This record gives sequence, C-alpha cells and structure tokens, in this order.
Amino acid sequence: MAQAQTSFDPMRLTDTGDAQDKALSRQVVCFRVGAESYGVDIRLVREIRAWSPTTNLPNTPDYVRGVINIRGSIVPILDVRARFGQGQTDANKAHVVIVVAIGARLVGLLVDAVSDIVAVNETEVKAVPDVSGASAHECLEGIVTINEQMVALVAAERIALPVALN
Amino acid sequence: MDEIAQLRQTYFQECDEVLSEFEGHLMALDEGRGNAETLRAAFRAIHSIKGGASAFGYRRLVNFAHALETLLDKLRNGSATLTADTISLLLRAADIVADLVRAAQSGGELIEKHESAVHDALVLRADAGPEANAPQAASTVASVNLTPAPADKHHFRIAFNPKPDLFQRGVEPQLLIAELRQSGSLTATADASAVPALEEFDPKKNYLTWTLELETASSAEAIAETLSFVADEEELSVTNLDRAVGNGAIQAPAADTDQSAGGDTAAKPAPEGVPKAAANGDEASGTAPVVSSIRVDLHKLDTLVNLVGELVISQAMLNEQLSLVPTDKFPGLIRGVQELSQHARNLQESVMSMRAQPVKLVFARLPRLVREVAAETGKRVRLVMIGEDTEIDKTVIEHLHDPLTHMIRNAIDHGIETPEERMAMGKPPEGVIRVSASHIGGKIVIQLADDGRGINRQKVLARAIEKDIVLRDQQLNDEQIDNLIFAPGLTTAAAVSNISGRGVGMDIVRRNIQRLGGRITIRSTPGIESIFYLSLPLTLAVLDGMVVRVGDETYVVPLSNMVETLRPQPGQVRTLVGGGDVLSLRGEYVPMVYLHRKFAVEQANTDISKALVMLVETDASMRIGLVVDEIVGQQQVVIKSLESNYDAIHGIGGATILGNGRVALIVDVSMLLTGGISPGSPLVSNAA
Repeated sequence: MAQAQTSFDPMRLTDTGDAQDKALSRQVVCFRVGAESYGVDIRLVREIRAWSPTTNLPNTPDYVRGVINIRGSIVPILDVRARFGQGQTDANKAHVVIVVAIGARLVGLLVDAVSDIVAVNETEVKAVPDVSGASAHECLEGIVTINEQMVALVAAERIALPVALN
Repeated sequence: MDEIAQLRQTYFQECDEVLSEFEGHLMALDEGRGNAETLRAAFRAIHSIKGGASAFGYRRLVNFAHALETLLDKLRNGSATLTADTISLLLRAADIVADLVRAAQSGGELIEKHESAVHDALVLRADAGPEANAPQAASTVASVNLTPAPADKHHFRIAFNPKPDLFQRGVEPQLLIAELRQSGSLTATADASAVPALEEFDPKKNYLTWTLELETASSAEAIAETLSFVADEEELSVTNLDRAVGNGAIQAPAADTDQSAGGDTAAKPAPEGVPKAAANGDEASGTAPVVSSIRVDLHKLDTLVNLVGELVISQAMLNEQLSLVPTDKFPGLIRGVQELSQHARNLQESVMSMRAQPVKLVFARLPRLVREVAAETGKRVRLVMIGEDTEIDKTVIEHLHDPLTHMIRNAIDHGIETPEERMAMGKPPEGVIRVSASHIGGKIVIQLADDGRGINRQKVLARAIEKDIVLRDQQLNDEQIDNLIFAPGLTTAAAVSNISGRGVGMDIVRRNIQRLGGRITIRSTPGIESIFYLSLPLTLAVLDGMVVRVGDETYVVPLSNMVETLRPQPGQVRTLVGGGDVLSLRGEYVPMVYLHRKFAVEQANTDISKALVMLVETDASMRIGLVVDEIVGQQQVVIKSLESNYDAIHGIGGATILGNGRVALIVDVSMLLTGGISPGSPLVSNAA
C-alpha cells in the first residue's frame, strides 16, 4: 500500500512549479505531535487555526474529539496523537488544528504545533518500513528526511478513515 | 452545467407544472366547470410538452403526446365528443405522459409496451368521430358545449402593418395568414401602395400591409396567440367587430403594446386590451395579472438560505455579546445592532419565502384521486378545497402528497358511507371531503374533514386492547381513543380492501408527518364527521427545539416530539428484571432512556430524583421518558447536516450552532430505542 503511494503520480504535480527540478517536488506542511515530525500535502490544507473546545460526538472512537463550527460548517476534529495510539491530547489554546479537505469533506487534525512549510522532492520520499505493531503505520504514505530530521508524510485520507471513506 | 442540460432541466420542471395544470383542466371538464377554452388550454399543455420533447429527441414521448394531442384537437374542434369515458382515458394518458417524462428525465427506458394500450385507445377514440361517440351521449358531460354555436362566432379585424425588416426577422406573413385561415373564414386584403418602383425595390424589405377580416369561433386570446410570433414589435391591432357592431363604441386600443406584454409566452392569458366579449363567460382567459418571474437553481437558493442562517446565528452571537455592554456607554452601537437584527430577521423571512410554494401543487392532484376512489367504492363524494394559495416550503410540499393521498383514501373508504346508508341516516347522498390549508401561529395547518360516520371508538379500543397497544384497564378519553388509529398495527377494516389496505397504515402517515417536523391528530364525532389536523413547519431549515443540558453537553430535542416534562416522584421509576427502567405514568409504563448513558456523557447527574424526564413521542408513536439534567430553554435552531463532513451517528439527527457559536447536537428521538449501541463502545460500523 505504502509503496504504491510513493510512486510517481503526475496528477500530484500539475500545479507545482514550471522549472524541471520543481516538477518533481511538492510542498508539505510540517507539524509536530510530541517529539515526532509529520508532514501533510499543502494542497489538502484549507486552513490552520488554534484549538477551540469541541462538542463531543457520542459513541465515537477516542481520536474523534468532536465537532466545531467553522463558518457554519460542522467539522469533525481528529486527534492525531490518539489516532496514532499515544493517548488523547490534553488540548489547550496552544494546540493547532489543521483543516484538511478529503474529497468533499472537511476534517480538522489536532496537532501540537505547525513548524514549517518545505518542498519535498518526490524522489527523496522513502517507503515506510514495515514495522509491525505500529498503529501509525497505516496512516503514512512515506518518509522523507528534511534537515537531517525524519518527517513522516501522513496520508490524510487514511488518518480520517473510517470517518471520510466516502 | 452546460446550456443544453440546463434547458433540459427547465423543460422537465415545466413538464411537471404543465401536467398538473392539464389534470386540473380535465377535472374541471369532468365536473362541468370547464368550457371550450379549458379544452384548448389542455391541448396547449400537451402541445408544449410535445414541442419540447421533439426538440430534445424523446421519440416515445413525442409519439404518445402526438396521439393525445390529436384526440384533444378533435375534441376542441368538435369532431369528437367529450364523454366521461374520454376524460378517464385522457387522465390515464396524462399518467403515461408523466411516466414517459420521468423516464426521459432519468435516462431510463420504460418497458416496451408501456404506453401502447392507451396510445391505441387514443387513436381509436380520435378516429371514431362524433357519431361513434353518440350512443354514449347519456354520459356526455352536459355543461361542456364544445361544438361552437353560431352565436359563438366572432368577427375580428386585424390590421397588420409590419415594419420593413419583417423578413430579416424570419417572419413569413404567408404562414401567418394560413394559420389564421385554419381558425375560421378569412378575408385578407393586402395594401401594396407602399411598394416602390422596381429600381428602388429592395427584395429583403417588406413593403406590404394587410387588413385581415376573420370570422371565427376562437377567442381573441387564441388569435393573439397565433399572432404572438410577430407581435413583439409589429404594428398589429385586433378589433372585435361584434363588439363594435353591438355596442358601437369600444375599439381595441393600439394592440401592439398589449401584444408585446402577452406575446412572450404562448400560454399567457389574453392581453387586457383585447376585447373581453370575445372570451365570453370564459374565466380561464380572464385578466390575471402577468406575474414576472425567473427560474433559479434550487441549489443556489439553498446556499442563500444557508448563508442567511449563518447571518442569523452571527446576529444571535452579537446580541449575546451586546448584553455585556453597558447600555449608556454606546447607545449608537446598541441601536445599530438592534436594527441589524431586525433586518436580519426580515431577510431570513423573505429568503425562506422563496422556497415556499402554494399547496395548490399537492391539492391539484386530489380531485382526481377522490374521483377514482369514489368510483372504486361506489360512493358519491364531493371535494371542497380551501386555501390552496397557502405557501409551504418546497420540500414539505413534496412529502405531503403521500400522507394526503392515504388520508383521502381512508376518509372515503372508512369514513364516507354509501349513498343508501347516508340517505337512511338522513344525510345527503353525496359525502363531502373538505381540505383546507392555512397559516396559524408560524405553522401551516392542514385540515382534512369528512362528513362520514366518524370513528367507531368501541371497535378501535377493542382492537387496541387485542393488539396490546393499550392495557385492558387503562382509562382513555375519547380523544385518546380516536388517536389510537395512528398506532402501528391497528387496522379496524373488517376486510382489508384494495383502497386502504395497501400495507400503509395511519402510523406511516404519522411517521411521515413527524419526519417533516409536524404533528397530526384526529377529532371525530361519531355519525357526523372526522377531522384530521396536520400542523407542519413552514420550513425544514429551521426547527423548534428544546435545548437541554446533560453533564457538560448541550443537546436539542425537537419540540415536535415532545409531549410533557416532569420531575419523577420517588417510586415512579421501576427497574424491570433484565431490562431497563420504566416510568409509571398514569397507569402507563414508559421505557426510560438516560441520555447520559446513551451518549456516554461524563459528569452527568446520575441521581434520578434530581433529573428531569421529558416525555417524548417517537415516529412510531411510542412514548419514551428521556432523562436529562435540565432544560435550558426553547429556541429556534438552524439545522445543519452532520453527514456533510462526518458519518451519521446513531441517535443524532443533525447539529446546530447555538448563540455562543458552539455546536449542539440534535437528538433523533425515534432512534434512541432502536438498535442501540452499547454506551461507550466505539462506533465500529463507521468503517463500513
């Protein structure tokens, strides 16, 4: 699965730069959860906002933190830490919600902080090593090294799974 | 959407409207309210459907509409006779047209021979001519005089003074004259005095003017219609000579302006300037004001409704903040916000009214239904409709058809007696069903009354006890017994008839109405009448809700589900062995649902003596005691979909945004008892 995601996909490059070397790169919003760095494709990101209290949704998994009102839309907030099996985030105003579009749906990802926006060359993206037992594994599409630091690229649609499978 | 698709969509919308008008015309003819003009209007309706169909290439629809049109044409010019049989056939044909239109719209294909039987019958009837229909003269609809009497002939003088660019606009005067000739005897005089000498003659220009004298049975309206193709800018005037001779006074005013007002749509009523004498006794072609309108995509309208919903919420937030501001410090600000709030409310009302449509759209189908069901049951029924112009939200209207249909069937089958029975009881042999719609207190109230035998309370009660719907020793008042007919599984019809025993009970009717956020009750006087009262919200975008608190969470319970609230007394709550708790209430045992358990809310009050029980009614007419911590207040809320960004959650019907900007979930009361998920367990089914 992860292998397939890291392979060259011309569709993903259509709106990146004109120069040849840029043609293989894409921009990634990097964020932190605990000590780990992750990245999500910037084209999916609709907005970044501070955490605000949610309304709980009954009988949902622990990583579904509830819903908030974003300009009239009811948007679910997913706790990335809890999604990766590291317990719920004790969220406060310093925490950040990255609102991403998955298909026609909007989903907010609760993370600790957003650090940077970087260009990632498609050829530098490595496949996720098959480490059994890591619950984060299924949500990643590849790993890339930026400034000698490992950044795991998340597949937003799979983080949101089973929420946004439609 | 590309242009063609848009045109096509408009066409289908028009088909719906035109077909319902068509049925209206047929019913008018059937009841003897119609006249020759009604028949012409019916013809025009089918003609316009056919025209569009052929433009879009719907072959089957064109063929069928053509056969129907041929028969209507013969009927309107008197070469076929309109009998009750023919009306039935035409009604059947209208159904087929509707089927074909639907098939064309969905892109599906109906079964091969779907329309052929009716098609053949139409052709047969059209070919038969008036003589063949004569033996059935007994059933000829008496008051429709279709063969124009000599007295109906009118003389018109039409002055046609076209501009020189006539040909460039693609108008062919010859065709126009030929068309007019078809409607009666025509004398045309051309005035060629303006034709220049040959060297100055421009073959692209028109130099002729005409004076046409027409003796015809057609109304001025029909003539105006024929001329409407050229009427936009032309110097065209129609003078009714009958009137001129008879009264010696009235001349048609310069008809060109009138023509341009009436000329853009063929189906528009007669221009006001055309003498009314021509349309003698013809109500349909009266001087209805021309309502100008545009078609707007429903999605655009819904977006607007949503935006205004946001505006109203923001307004509520602003008001909440404003209450914190000392009133003497910023008088201008406070006045400004108050004005804004007034405007926002007005804006919301007018936007909501855009989605509103007259109930006429559903009511229009009822006469035919009554006619059919009355015929099936051998009863005589008259339908009276009041308040057809009352407006309701489009979606409500769409969902109103089935419940109304069922209630009417029920009223005729169970309520209205046979003519003999009625006579024996000293009632007129003809039963009356009265359907009325009106606005009462921010709601639409539809009443459906029949003057039949009313509800047999003993029978209903016996049946309800037999079915364990009520307990044997339970004391019910008359109203409660009457309303038992909405309980699921209760049917008192001795024999399940074809009419009301179609597996749809009154419980389904109630469910449908409640799904729309409405309520339904019945009041009956044995031997005299039964009246259904339906109260419906004006719109589906807004809901009257009770805001309740459970622990730290706030929920909204739709007011339409609520019956009463109470604080349980000690001993009123009992625990069933192996089951949940029940509330003993006036001899009834009501299952209790603890919202904090159901929705796994922490820090909720678990002491039942301090809790509040809301008695709510589910769609299936079942009562539940909903346990909450407290009631915060009653409020109108704008309904938001949860599903647009998340999956449906069991027991939650939607969400709304409260005045403080926070989201509150709307409880779907009907789902609370069914297929519940054990509290706290993750909703695994989401993955499916």
